[in-house]
Amino acid sequence: MIKRDRIVITGIGLTSPNGNDLCEFRKNILAGEVRFQNIDLRYIGKVIAGVCSYNPLKYQNKKEVRAGTRAGSVSVYCAREAVADAGISINDSNRSRIGIYIGITEHGNVETENEIANISNYNYDVKFWNHYHNPRTVANNPAGEVTVNMGITGPHYCIGGACAAGNLGIIQGAQQLMLGETDIAIAGGVSESIHTFGIFASFKSQNALAYHENPNKASRPFDLDRNGIVVSEGGALYILERLEDAKKRNARIYAEIAGWSTNSDGTSYVLPNPERQAECMANAISHAGIDAKDVNILNTHATATKAGDIQECEAIRKVFASSGKYPFINNTKGFIGHAMGAAGALELAGNIPSFQDGIIHPCHNIDQLDPECDMPGLLSKEKTVLEPQKIRFILNNSFGMLGINSSLIIKRFED
Amino acid sequence: MTRDQISQAIKDIINEILPEGDCSSVDPNAKLRDQLELDSMDFLDIVMEIRKRYGIEIPEGDYPRLATLSSCVEYLEPKMASK
Repeated sequence: MIKRDRIVITGIGLTSPNGNDLCEFRKNILAGEVRFQNIDLRYIGKVIAGVCSYNPLKYQNKKEVRAGTRAGSVSVYCAREAVADAGISINDSNRSRIGIYIGITEHGNVETENEIANISNYNYDVKFWNHYHNPRTVANNPAGEVTVNMGITGPHYCIGGACAAGNLGIIQGAQQLMLGETDIAIAGGVSESIHTFGIFASFKSQNALAYHENPNKASRPFDLDRNGIVVSEGGALYILERLEDAKKRNARIYAEIAGWSTNSDGTSYVLPNPERQAECMANAISHAGIDAKDVNILNTHATATKAGDIQECEAIRKVFASSGKYPFINNTKGFIGHAMGAAGALELAGNIPSFQDGIIHPCHNIDQLDPECDMPGLLSKEKTVLEPQKIRFILNNSFGMLGINSSLIIKRFED
Repeated sequence: MTRDQISQAIKDIINEILPEGDCSSVDPNAKLRDQLELDSMDFLDIVMEIRKRYGIEIPEGDYPRLATLSSCVEYLEPKMASK
């Protein structure tokens, strides 16, 4: 294997429907605290969604909030929180050496829908179209808003990766550090998708939009009665550094990036392909230089669609059955819904504290496990507690439309 | 609208657009951009709000006439008198 720089996580900033920092997020996952809401969107009406409650004005002035986007605002919040968490001060000595790499499922739908609604009030006269529409909808918007807000002058861009984007942002950050393109990476994923009716309408047309009388029971991956996705907004951004740099400044290290893989199904716009998902996981395990049996926790991507959950389970069996040992398998979407571009990054954050507390959170909302989703290691109801030192590797799956697959592996930091 | 009402209408718009604070104490005869944290993008927002709220078009060539609160009122008075 090529010798490569070791990359470590030294800061985490996040907002999710059930928490606005890692501590609150983890506490609420372990407590089974779910906070979905019914929201009202133009054309489609009432839908169940995961809404974040962070205060945008904590880090932005009202002009930034007005001129920018929700994805930009989420990014600024998460980046500021992550930088503070890492104990980094941004100044002239480092501002050009900080890179921002943010995964997004999509971008621009919200802003375009809003502008069309705006001009509909003026007989569709485009002279009422907002001049901020272009900076709001360029694909680098969320990352770019962070640079403007924080005075960062290093590279910034977004990685469009459907619902695999959160993992892709982290992978991109690690790669750029390895290439020496940057010294500090602010990397992860964000989503503002709950503010576009189109996302909900498309899932509904696909028979993949969750419904339940009790919104908090609507997101139920692996449950026999699951009926689709609860769309959420959110974000999780990590501070990544080369190990030597982190050690030089005595940074607290949450975990090390051990390995990853991304690949493509090459088969369908929408339908997943378990063969390629299995290949993605196996390649990540190989990239990390470990065996399948070394993985202790596997966070599934499962979104609560009928077919997708079964197919991911099939992929997991392909990878782990022959190793003779399954990891503990969990899922985060029962607690927070599908945070789209933020999903991979947020779900990883939900498991990172396991390195310290030894607790492995279960899935949520599985009242009756779908027999086709049953597999060894699946924590369908109850958490598991181990000696923390026994948790060494976490594998985080994130898959998306057009058959984009990503598996990211992090490891307990051991010097 | 009277001159006072027009002046208040402009202040209301600027207050929504300002990054922070408010413009209630601006010197009406000094340049707005010298007193407030407003950039050229903000002026586009002010022009848009006047268009939306009062149906008044302000050609780009007339933007310099919006430099101070007094000049805004003077420029807009004939256009807003019947509003």
